[in-house]
Amino acid sequence: MKLTKHLAGAMIASTCLCVPAVAQTKLTMWYHGAGNEVESKILNQIISDFNTSQSDWTVSIESFPEKTYNDSIAAAALAGNLPDILDVDGPIMPNWAWAGYLQPLPIDESEFADFLPGTKGVWDGKLYSIGLWDAAVALFARQSTLKELGLRTPTLDKPWSREEFMAALDAAKASAKYEYALDLGMNDQAEWYSYAFSPFLQSFGGDIVDRSTYRTAEGALNGEAAQAFGKWWQSLFTDGYAPGTSEDPADQQTGFIDGKFAFQWNGNWRAVETMAAVDDVVFLPAPNFGAGSKIGAGSWQFGVSAKSKHPEGAAEFIKFATQDKYLAAFSDGIGLIPPTPSAAQMTKNYKDGGTLAMFFDLSKAQALVRPITPGYVVQSKVFTKAVADIANGADVADTLDAAVDEIDADIENNDGYGHR
Amino acid sequence: MVINPDNYGLRLFVRYLVLCLIALIFIFPLVFMINSSFKPDSQLLADTSSLRAFLPVGDISLDNYFGAFQRAPVGLFVFNSVLVTGMTVVLSLLICSLAAFSFTFLRWKGRDVMLSIVIATLIIPFEIIAIPLLLLVSKLPWIGLNGLELGWLNTYRVQIIPWIADGLTIFLFVQYFKGLPGELIEASRVEGASWWQVYYRVVMPLSGPVLATAAILKFLVMYNQYLWPLIVVQQENHRPVMVGLGYFFQLNVAWGEVMAYLTLITVPVLIFYLFLQRAFIASIASTGVKG
Repeated sequence: MKLTKHLAGAMIASTCLCVPAVAQTKLTMWYHGAGNEVESKILNQIISDFNTSQSDWTVSIESFPEKTYNDSIAAAALAGNLPDILDVDGPIMPNWAWAGYLQPLPIDESEFADFLPGTKGVWDGKLYSIGLWDAAVALFARQSTLKELGLRTPTLDKPWSREEFMAALDAAKASAKYEYALDLGMNDQAEWYSYAFSPFLQSFGGDIVDRSTYRTAEGALNGEAAQAFGKWWQSLFTDGYAPGTSEDPADQQTGFIDGKFAFQWNGNWRAVETMAAVDDVVFLPAPNFGAGSKIGAGSWQFGVSAKSKHPEGAAEFIKFATQDKYLAAFSDGIGLIPPTPSAAQMTKNYKDGGTLAMFFDLSKAQALVRPITPGYVVQSKVFTKAVADIANGADVADTLDAAVDEIDADIENNDGYGHR
Repeated sequence: MVINPDNYGLRLFVRYLVLCLIALIFIFPLVFMINSSFKPDSQLLADTSSLRAFLPVGDISLDNYFGAFQRAPVGLFVFNSVLVTGMTVVLSLLICSLAAFSFTFLRWKGRDVMLSIVIATLIIPFEIIAIPLLLLVSKLPWIGLNGLELGWLNTYRVQIIPWIADGLTIFLFVQYFKGLPGELIEASRVEGASWWQVYYRVVMPLSGPVLATAAILKFLVMYNQYLWPLIVVQQENHRPVMVGLGYFFQLNVAWGEVMAYLTLITVPVLIFYLFLQRAFIASIASTGVKG
């Protein structure tokens, strides 16, 4: 009897000792940055920190090449194979939410109260995604160029007017020191066109689509303001201010640094490299063409897939990843804008007095997110084709009217994309 | 100078000069790619506006190759592509030649209609069936080491099996088999050979050129696969070379590394082609088909 008791006790004890710790539930995450060593390193560190910081969840990441990421997501959604956490480009987010790829973030929006507006993915009144950084565009110039050409240095409070901007281009052209006065990066006919050039249209008072209803582009993309934008845009190429769509890709990377252009319209992701090569580079705010200075906003953001069985775990990871120290690490690593003022103060470039601090202010003051509609995916492509055609000499009014027709037809074919 | 039309040497010289110029046009992209893979980005971009782009001059180094291996698992991608391509080529040669053998030598009801249907599939672009095929393979069962599994996504088999049989390869074999002497087949049958023995003892030993052609065409199709693996492979460990190319296109493209990667992934294609070159040319001459 005694032996039996001892045996039973030993068995119970050994059973208790052998019971493993409760297993962590696995969360899958897909990311667009395959091949980007710096981003991968920071993200892997965040994941490693998260996995060791608690015992409920473990995140495993799968990275995809950026160029094919959206197609992979669409295919996986069809096959019912989406992960728990995925990242999404800001302007694409409404489309994915509308298509049922994403679910609203199960996180109180107040947690992100101090984030830059461009980093918040809001669709249909709900927060679907949150960005770990934002991007901004500025007019790159040399201080010495401004001085030589006798130009006022524009500020956020007092940017160049259209007349001042054109006078600056005229002065650069007249100096005969540059191949072109302005580089717009015209060879990159992808999302760059909508991101970088639609703010010009918006500064004229037009837009890609009528944001009051999101059910038509009529009046926004072919109204008086848009026509004025189109004519001005075409004159940049016909009057020889900027290279057109056949621009050498090499010039977009090194043309400004090599002194071929007086000004370059470029993103802050090129700022660090340009600063290293050009001692007196300055980043100027967008000109005001009448309706205020505008620049694009919205970069990659994290969201939770609609099929995730563990949205609470995914939300916990996203909250963990959006700590200031990680936002600052991303900013220091890839040069983009940290979303919060407190994270900005932890970075080397965006803290007060930092070399890129003006981009944070620029983003705060001038940023306008691209149209928040599932139809943007199509609208962006239509806009890109229209501005490329106009740059190549197409009739402005006809081209914009055709673009409006195409956008309106697409909205109609999709029953208004859920806009009522 | 008066050119004598009967001057054989001069005509030969002009002919070779023209051929050399045409050859140069085809070789230039390869020369550009290989030379650029040794240059830093700044020099590579600067050289594009001159003939220096085709010369190994300036700051030459292997840095781009080291960079390429650091940025992406190049070896893994090449291994995946070679494995998928190799398996598909071997299985395709077997299955398609058997199908063609049946279409050519066996008599069965509906044979000609079936052959017409197989050949008609040549006009269907893959893009049209990609999504239905994706939906199908994502639900297909498979019995493996882990027992019954549902779904073929993220495997080698999903990149191999749908590509084994295709209309073009079957058509190539049919065309070639039709040119073989019928007496040979009849004699074999009279001697008592089974159809299977006719296939592997008589027909296949005579089919070297068409095997080479079919192998090379299939190799090129499979090695250059992009859309299909893009939608059915979501894990790096099964990713092929063409999808891997996307690793090099970041906001700031490292063109030197792109060229190094392209050079590296071109090597298996060149080796394979050189290995089968003679048989390939012989088959093109006999079937009039080229890729």
